[in-house]
Amino acid sequence: MTERIKKASRHTNQSEGLIFEKSSPGKRAFELPPLDVPLADPAKALGALHRSAGVEGFPEVSEIEVIRHFTRLSTWNYAIDLGMYPLGSCTMKYNPRVNEFVARLDGIATEHPCQPQELSQGCLKILRQLEKCLLEITGMDAITLQPAAGAQGELTGLLLIRAYLEKKGNPRKKVLIPDSAHGTNPATAVIAGYEVENIKSESHGQIDVEKLREIVTEDVAALMITNPSTLGIFEERIAEIAGILHAKGALLYMDGANMNALAGVARPGDLGVDVMHLNLHKTFSTPHGGGGPGAGPVATKRSLEPFLPVPVLVERPDGKLALESQRKDSIGKVRAFAGNFGVLVRALAYILAYGPGIRQATEDAVLNANYIRKHLEGVYDLPYSLPSMHEVVFSDSIQKKNGVNTMDIAKRLIDYGFHPYTTAFPLIVPGALMIEPTESESKEECDLFIDAMRAIAEEAATNPQIVKTAPHTTRVGRLDEVTAARKPILRWKSASRTEAAD
Amino acid sequence: MPYPEKYRYTKDHEWIRADGGVATIGITDYAQHELGDVVFVELPKPGAKIEAGKSFGTVESVKAVSEIFAPASGEVMEANAALNDAPEKINSDPHGAAWLIKIRLANPAELSALMDAAAYEAFIADKGKEASA
Amino acid sequence: MRYLPKSPAERQQMLAAIGANSIDELFSEIPERFRLREALSLPGPLSEPEIIAYFKDRAAENSVGYTSFVGAGVYNHVRSVVTDAILQRGEFLTSYTPYQAEIAQGTLQAIFEFQTLMCQLTGQEIANASMYDGSTATTEAVLMAERLTGRRHVLVARSVHPEYRLVLRTYAKNSGLQVEEIPYVAAVGTVDTAALKAAIKADVAAVVVQSPNYFGAIEPVAALAGEVQASGALLVVAVAEAVSLGLIRPPAEADIVAMEAQSLGLPPSYGGPFAGVIASREKFVRQMPGRLAGQTTDGNGRRGFVLTLATREQHIRREKATSNICTNQALCALAATVHMCLLGKEGLREIAHQNFSKAQFALAELEKIPGVKRAFSAPFFNEFTIELPRSVRIVNAHLVREKIIGPLAIGSDFPELSKRGLVCVTETAPRTEIERFVAALRRALEQPI
Repeated sequence: MTERIKKASRHTNQSEGLIFEKSSPGKRAFELPPLDVPLADPAKALGALHRSAGVEGFPEVSEIEVIRHFTRLSTWNYAIDLGMYPLGSCTMKYNPRVNEFVARLDGIATEHPCQPQELSQGCLKILRQLEKCLLEITGMDAITLQPAAGAQGELTGLLLIRAYLEKKGNPRKKVLIPDSAHGTNPATAVIAGYEVENIKSESHGQIDVEKLREIVTEDVAALMITNPSTLGIFEERIAEIAGILHAKGALLYMDGANMNALAGVARPGDLGVDVMHLNLHKTFSTPHGGGGPGAGPVATKRSLEPFLPVPVLVERPDGKLALESQRKDSIGKVRAFAGNFGVLVRALAYILAYGPGIRQATEDAVLNANYIRKHLEGVYDLPYSLPSMHEVVFSDSIQKKNGVNTMDIAKRLIDYGFHPYTTAFPLIVPGALMIEPTESESKEECDLFIDAMRAIAEEAATNPQIVKTAPHTTRVGRLDEVTAARKPILRWKSASRTEAAD
Repeated sequence: MPYPEKYRYTKDHEWIRADGGVATIGITDYAQHELGDVVFVELPKPGAKIEAGKSFGTVESVKAVSEIFAPASGEVMEANAALNDAPEKINSDPHGAAWLIKIRLANPAELSALMDAAAYEAFIADKGKEASA
Repeated sequence: MRYLPKSPAERQQMLAAIGANSIDELFSEIPERFRLREALSLPGPLSEPEIIAYFKDRAAENSVGYTSFVGAGVYNHVRSVVTDAILQRGEFLTSYTPYQAEIAQGTLQAIFEFQTLMCQLTGQEIANASMYDGSTATTEAVLMAERLTGRRHVLVARSVHPEYRLVLRTYAKNSGLQVEEIPYVAAVGTVDTAALKAAIKADVAAVVVQSPNYFGAIEPVAALAGEVQASGALLVVAVAEAVSLGLIRPPAEADIVAMEAQSLGLPPSYGGPFAGVIASREKFVRQMPGRLAGQTTDGNGRRGFVLTLATREQHIRREKATSNICTNQALCALAATVHMCLLGKEGLREIAHQNFSKAQFALAELEKIPGVKRAFSAPFFNEFTIELPRSVRIVNAHLVREKIIGPLAIGSDFPELSKRGLVCVTETAPRTEIERFVAALRRALEQPI
C-alpha cells in the first residue's frame, strides 16, 4: 500500500483531551488591567440576581495550555492549506491571506453597526463597492448583502418573490424544486410559507422542460433552479424555462452555489433569472472555518427592488452613503444589522485581486474539472454524459459489484492524502461521487488526485476489503455514529471523568 | 427471516396483525434492513387517530428518515415504550418485540386489501430483481 | 495571477489531454448569445499592497480615534491576541464542515467544548454548534417552541431588541405565527408581568424576553418562568450581552436560551460575523435546529466526536427539517471557545465585575449633571438608559466633535422615550475617558439650544 501513495498522509497521533480535563483551580490564561474605578458591590445592587460563584465547570488553564490545546486539535484537521478538497458544490478554493489581514484592520474590525453613519463612510463605501461588483458579475439590478449564508439568501429570495406576488394580488401556493436540488431549497421553501412540488429531472439530468410546461400554473410562485445543475451541467434551455415561468406570472430563482462555473463568462441576469443568491464562502473565497461564517447576498431584477430587506444602502445628494431603514414595501429583516460585514470585506478583497480577470479563475476551474473527468471516465461510471462545467458527478455502480460503495471510496481517499469528494448527493444519482477541484488546484495536485482515484478503483476490484475498512492512517477510525445518535452525549460533565483520551 | 402467516403487509413494508377489533402494527424485516441501524422512532400518542395510507410516524437511521404509513385506520391505544430506550429492537426483532403501535380498528375490512405473507414475499423478491437489473 | 497555480504551458497540456482546442470549447453548452465577449467592468486587478492600501483608506474614513459608549446588542470587549493566533491556523481557518469526522476531529472537539461552555454559561442542558447571530437564534428558538407545543401565538416583550423583534416578525409573517408585543413597565424598564399574565392564553407557544434587555435592564426571568410554563407555553430568553452571565444568574428556568456570543472574543466588525447559540433542555433536542457535535468511540474504543442527530437537518429532512440552516458560524464559535478558555472561571468573573463597576461609576458621574437621570429603576449590568433634558441627537453632535460617540438615541424605535439614550460602559473604557465623556456631556447641555 505505501509504495502506491505518493502524498504525505500521516496524521499526527498527538493525544489531547478536553480542555476541561486539564483544568485546575487557580490557573489563568489571561489577565486584565487593574480596575481604575471603585469596585462596586453587585450583591447589593443585584440581590438574588447575583451570580456569586464563577461559572461552574468553566476551565482554569494557563496561556500555554490554551495554545497547545488548540494547536494540537488543529493538527487533526484536513484543510485547504494542506491540499485539495474535491467537494462538489462547495467550491473549496484558496482563502487568500490578505483578506484576513484587511478584515482585521483597525477601523474595519472595530466599527460598531450603530455608530453614526457620518463616521462609517469607509464601511459603507466597502458595501457599495461590493454591491456594484456583484451586480456586474450577476447581471442583475438590485442587491442585498444582508443574508448570513446561502440558506438565508434563499429564504430572502423567496420572501422577495412572495412580497412581489402579494403586491400583485396573489402570493400563490407552490414552489417547484428539481429532485437534484440541495436540501436547503425545499427546507427554505417551507419556511417561506410555500408548498414544495418536486419536478423530476429528465434522462440527461436536466430540467424536464415539457413537464415544466405542464405543471406551471397560476398556483406556482417560482422554480428554484441551480445552474449549472448539481450535476455540474449547464441548463441549456434556461432561457426557455424562464419564458415558461414568466408567461404564467411566475419567477425564476437561481441558487448561485455553482457560480464558479459562470463568473466572467455568463451572467444569470442575461439568462432570465429574476432573483438569485450567491455564496461568498464558495465562489468568492471567504474561508469555511470549519462550517462558517459565510454570506449569501441576494441579487434581483429591478421589479423586486422595493421589497429588499432594510437597511438599504443609498447615495445621498451630497455624495455621502447612508443606510435607509424606512421602506414601506420592505420584507423586513432576516438578521440584525447590515450583514456579515467581515465576510463581505474578504469577498471584496478577492474581487479586487482579480478585477476584470476574474474570468480566468472560472476557466481554470472548468479546465480542472474536465481534466479530471477525462482521466476517470471509464474507471468510474458516468451516469450523465453531457459536458461538465466546474464539477463532475460519477457513480459507484462499477465498484458496487464488489460491494464497494461511494462512502468506502471516499474514506480510502483519505489514506491517499485527500479530503473526500461529496458523497451521496445529488439524490438523483444513487451512489454519487461529486467532484469539484476548483481553480486553486495545480496540474500536479490534479494528477495526484487522479492517480489516487485510479488506484482505489483498482483496489476495489482486487482488494475490496482495504477500501471497505478505510481509513487506515487517521488518528481515529470510522466512528460509531449509531450510538452517537441513539444515546447522544452533547457536552462534557464533570461527574463523568471517565478515561481521558488515550 | 420468514414472514409470519398471520400478518398482513403493505407495499410500504408495514405489517399488521388483527386480534378481533384490535390490531398491532410494525415494520417488516425488509424495511429494517433497508434502513440500517435504527436510532430513533417517533410514534403517535394514545388517543391519536390514524388513517389508512397516511403517515403516522417516522423511523430514523443515522442518515435517513422514513415515514411509516398506516395499514389501516383506527385509534391508537398504545405505543411501544420499549423503543424509546432501545430503538435497535427494530433491527433485531421487527416482527415481534419491536411492534410500534396497537390500535382499535375503525374498519377491519380494510385488511383484506393488504398482501398476505406469500404475496409480500413475492413482492420483495421482485424488488430484489429490479434492484440488480 | 497569484491565486492560480498554472503556467500557460500546463493549461495547454491539460487542454490537449482533454482533446479540446481552446478553453472556449469547454463552455460550448452555454448558448452563444449568453457568452460574454468582453471582460466585466470591475475594479482591479490589485496587487497585495494595493488591496491593503484600499482598505486602509476606507478604515481612515471610519471612527478610528473615537471613544464609543454604545452597546445596543454589540459590545466592545478586550480580545486576547492568542485568539487570532489560533483562528489563523490554516487547519482551522481553511477547513470544511466536519462531515468527514476522521479528518476533522480538531473542529469537532472544539465544537463539543463550545457546546459545553455554552451549557455552563446559560445553565441549560444542551447547546448547539451556532446559529447566525442572536437575532436569528431568537427567531429559531420561537419556531422551535412552535414545533414543540403545536401552538401558533407568540408573546414578545417590547423591551427585546428592536432588530430582534423585526427579524422575528419577518420570519413569522410566512409561517402563520402570530406575534403580539407585551409592554414594559414605564418607570422600571422590565416586562409588564401583569400584562403578560393577561395575554397568556392556551394558544401561546412561547414568551420571549431578553435579559439584560434592550434598555440594559435585567428581566425577572425566574419569576416569569412559573407563570409562563403553567400555561404550557415555553419561556425563551434572549441574551445579547454574554459577559453579563459572569455576574448575573443564568436563565436556568428558561426552556430555551437564544444567545449572541459576540461579546466573547468577536470584534464588533460593523455588525458581523457573530455567533448565535440555542441552549435548551435535553428533552427538546430533536426539535433543536443547527449542528450538534456528539461524543462517541471508534472501532478501537478511542474517544472521538461526530456531527450527530443529523436527521433534524435540511440535507436529510429537506422540507421537514427543523431549519434550513446549513453553513453556520463555526469559526466565530471557535473564537468564542478560545476566548472563554483564556478568560476561564476567574477571568470571566473579573471582567464582568469590571464592567459592572465601570457602569455604576459612569452612571453616578452622569447623574451629577443637572437634568440627567437614569430612565429606569431595574438593576442593570453594563448598559443603562439615561434621560436628558434635551434631544439626544443634538447632544451627540457636540460629543462627536470631541471624538466621543455618545448615548444611542432610542426615540425613533420607542416614540414614548424621546430624549432617552442607551449608555454602555465596558472594561475597555478607561476612567479618564469616562470622565471626559461626562464632562463633554455636561458642556453639551450647557450650550444654548
